[in-house]
Amino acid sequence: MDLATLLQMLDATLRLATPLLLACLAGLYSERAGIFDIGLEGKMLAAAFLSAAIASVTGNVWLGLLAGIGASMALSLIHGLASITFRGNQLISGVAINFLAAGLTVVVAQSWFRQGGRTPQLSGDARFDSITLPFAETLRDVPVLGTIYYELISGHTILVYVALLLVPVTWWVLYRTRFGLRLRAVGENPAAVDTAGVSVVGLRFAAVAICGVLCGIAGAYLATALQAGFTKDMSAGRGYIALAALIFAKWRPWYALFSCLLFGFLQAMALRSDVVADVIGFALNGQLLDVLPFILVVVLTGFVGKATGPKAGGQAYVKER
Amino acid sequence: MTDIAPAIELKGISKSFGPVKANKDISIRVMPGTIHGIIGENGAGKSTLMSILYGFYKADAGEVFIGGEKKNITDSQAAIAAGIGMVFQHFKLVENFTVLENIVLGAEDSGLLKPSLARARRELKSLADEYELNVDPDAVIQDVGVGMQQRVEILKALYRKADILILDEPTGVLTPAEADHLFRILENLRREGKTIILITHKLREIMDITDTVSVMRRGEMTATVKTSETNPPHLAELMVGRKVLLRVDKAPAQIGRKILEVKDLNVTDAKGVHRLKGISFDVHAGEILGIAGVAGNGQSELLEVLGGYEKATGSIMMNGEAIDLTGAKSDGQSRRKRGIAHVPEDRQREGLIMDFHAWENTGFGYHHDEKYQKNALFMDNAALKRDTEEKMARFDVRPPDPNLAAKSFSGGNQQKIVLAREIERNPDLLLIGQPTRGVDIGAIEFIHQQIVALRDQGKAILLVSVELEEILSLSDRIAVMFDGKIMGERMPQNTDEKELGLLMAGMTGGHS
Repeated sequence: MDLATLLQMLDATLRLATPLLLACLAGLYSERAGIFDIGLEGKMLAAAFLSAAIASVTGNVWLGLLAGIGASMALSLIHGLASITFRGNQLISGVAINFLAAGLTVVVAQSWFRQGGRTPQLSGDARFDSITLPFAETLRDVPVLGTIYYELISGHTILVYVALLLVPVTWWVLYRTRFGLRLRAVGENPAAVDTAGVSVVGLRFAAVAICGVLCGIAGAYLATALQAGFTKDMSAGRGYIALAALIFAKWRPWYALFSCLLFGFLQAMALRSDVVADVIGFALNGQLLDVLPFILVVVLTGFVGKATGPKAGGQAYVKER
Repeated sequence: MTDIAPAIELKGISKSFGPVKANKDISIRVMPGTIHGIIGENGAGKSTLMSILYGFYKADAGEVFIGGEKKNITDSQAAIAAGIGMVFQHFKLVENFTVLENIVLGAEDSGLLKPSLARARRELKSLADEYELNVDPDAVIQDVGVGMQQRVEILKALYRKADILILDEPTGVLTPAEADHLFRILENLRREGKTIILITHKLREIMDITDTVSVMRRGEMTATVKTSETNPPHLAELMVGRKVLLRVDKAPAQIGRKILEVKDLNVTDAKGVHRLKGISFDVHAGEILGIAGVAGNGQSELLEVLGGYEKATGSIMMNGEAIDLTGAKSDGQSRRKRGIAHVPEDRQREGLIMDFHAWENTGFGYHHDEKYQKNALFMDNAALKRDTEEKMARFDVRPPDPNLAAKSFSGGNQQKIVLAREIERNPDLLLIGQPTRGVDIGAIEFIHQQIVALRDQGKAILLVSVELEEILSLSDRIAVMFDGKIMGERMPQNTDEKELGLLMAGMTGGHS
């Protein structure tokens, strides 16, 4: 395998890791505040659909992105109402959101566009274009470093850079700000936050809202940047992989980046089975490569079985007598 | 003097939870710079009253005045703003945060943490010097002892400029030495003009440190008196509503043969922590061996091993025969067959199934008994119910209704149900953990009498309790546990709380 092929693989890794990373960070905010969110998948799917639909109708991808965030936020609000306000079971609420999104997106897409549950192909301003970073063209011929800069670092859509930037931002918010301190506290011991005179409900809704925004970006990325339009079930289990990545990362932002890159790399391998065959010397069944990320999920979560998440995760807060 | 406004004045506070009246028309005045005790049995309404003062509950009726001003305390934030700080019985700390982070949580100066943490660090130092409130600001809560955790809670309140400090059962988890330290802190705070409300069920603490004391019974405030003008029997009478025998009457022990012999017992738990480190002791017929110690020093594991639901290495001889500690016969059922009865420490988790009826609960562990079987397939429920009714009568369980769920009984009556089940089997050895935890004074008297009566029948009793007073008054011999080891054995007549307290803290007696 030469440098060019390797760079192509890594380039694909980055592109495929981006929605995982966005969803993983979304889950991180929510779960750090004590709200389990199994509905990342559904929120991404809803956002993918609405962003593609609006981008297709208006021809403006930015409006599409906003619509996608809106759709995801609406589902987040439902999850928040169910699990924070009405103290319902967070897993059930999340599963319900996944079902709702899986069904609703296809039905609405069909009645709206009549293309068999998909949106029209997006092109031009209705999609996110890759952007070329400054000096990429000039440095392109510098051996190795220039090539890496041009091929791997430059030439992605803006959302990829947003996702990468969100890693240090999340770390900073979590560990260096008042909001972060309270967020982490409410996921560990909401009673401590409550008796300190801070609203548990307010904090948890804020976390769920941030989760909605990030899931919205992740979904919009799927339909308007990675692909050119919405297709049925296009989130394809990424929400669950993001959850597994979150557990593997032990709910920490930098670890989340690395675990999402790992899962992205596995997905890239499935895309480039020819390269894999080339490296290992024989052809692997394509379907085996497809399920590899999910196998890894099982293996890894088994491995880090003792990873303990936020202590108050999954429990509604009720004042004790 | 009379023109000083009281620090706290409550007027006509009432609060109901459904049909239960937790607080009935309660009025109280606490003067600034005093320590005011509130004493009462479990469920008397002490905690509810303080929760109203701290904004956790909204009172149905009544008014709150702080420093002479009427306040409407709707939530904890309003309570903090009014200068009230609360140290809950179960600490409200974030376990994986540092001391410093816990202190600034909710009282940060700005959006960024750094300046807040720096200011808190400086202030902590001056508070520590002023009040003997020394803590390590960078230690993580889960790594420090309960004593320091409690000081962090007090510091949290002081950092928020509290003038009024409420402490709910603060000494329950402390060693005697730590409790003394706490009382020194409280005295320092009083000297600086802070007002302190101390909620407790321990009469001695009230006598030792408070200036005035209010007694609560069944949601009502039955009396408020100057501490110097009262005494423990009088307070106990006010709490229970009748005269109570505070000390246990018992004849000298008639020590018989050796019933239980424990040698070199070791337990390592699932996390790999060494919980019991080579424990050895004997218990004889007609003797109560009391195990003293601060909670969490291996007493629970010891009871679990003896009761048959924790594996161990070492040897246990019961009536001269070895007991299986790891194999197939190492379970509660086999232990019961060998004559070991067990009243577990946590009656709600290990002793009873809370949603099951009393008659079902009195059968547990003995449901294979011949007399409970109707035929090969079915149990004789009618026999069980009859049996339960008789037990309830003998043990004065109220209400004496076998069809009530275990959770509908008060703590004391739940304990009597467990005790009836275990004692009435005529065991050779009774294991009993925290017999009077969460039990009213009236019921304590009864339970203590039952334990002594069993001893006088020539049974061996192993008593585990964190209440030193209980250990001292019941035991014929006392062993003190610390960090999974027995620090030493003492005879109750030759020792006192001070010496036992040192042993409980891991110091081998005052002789060295």
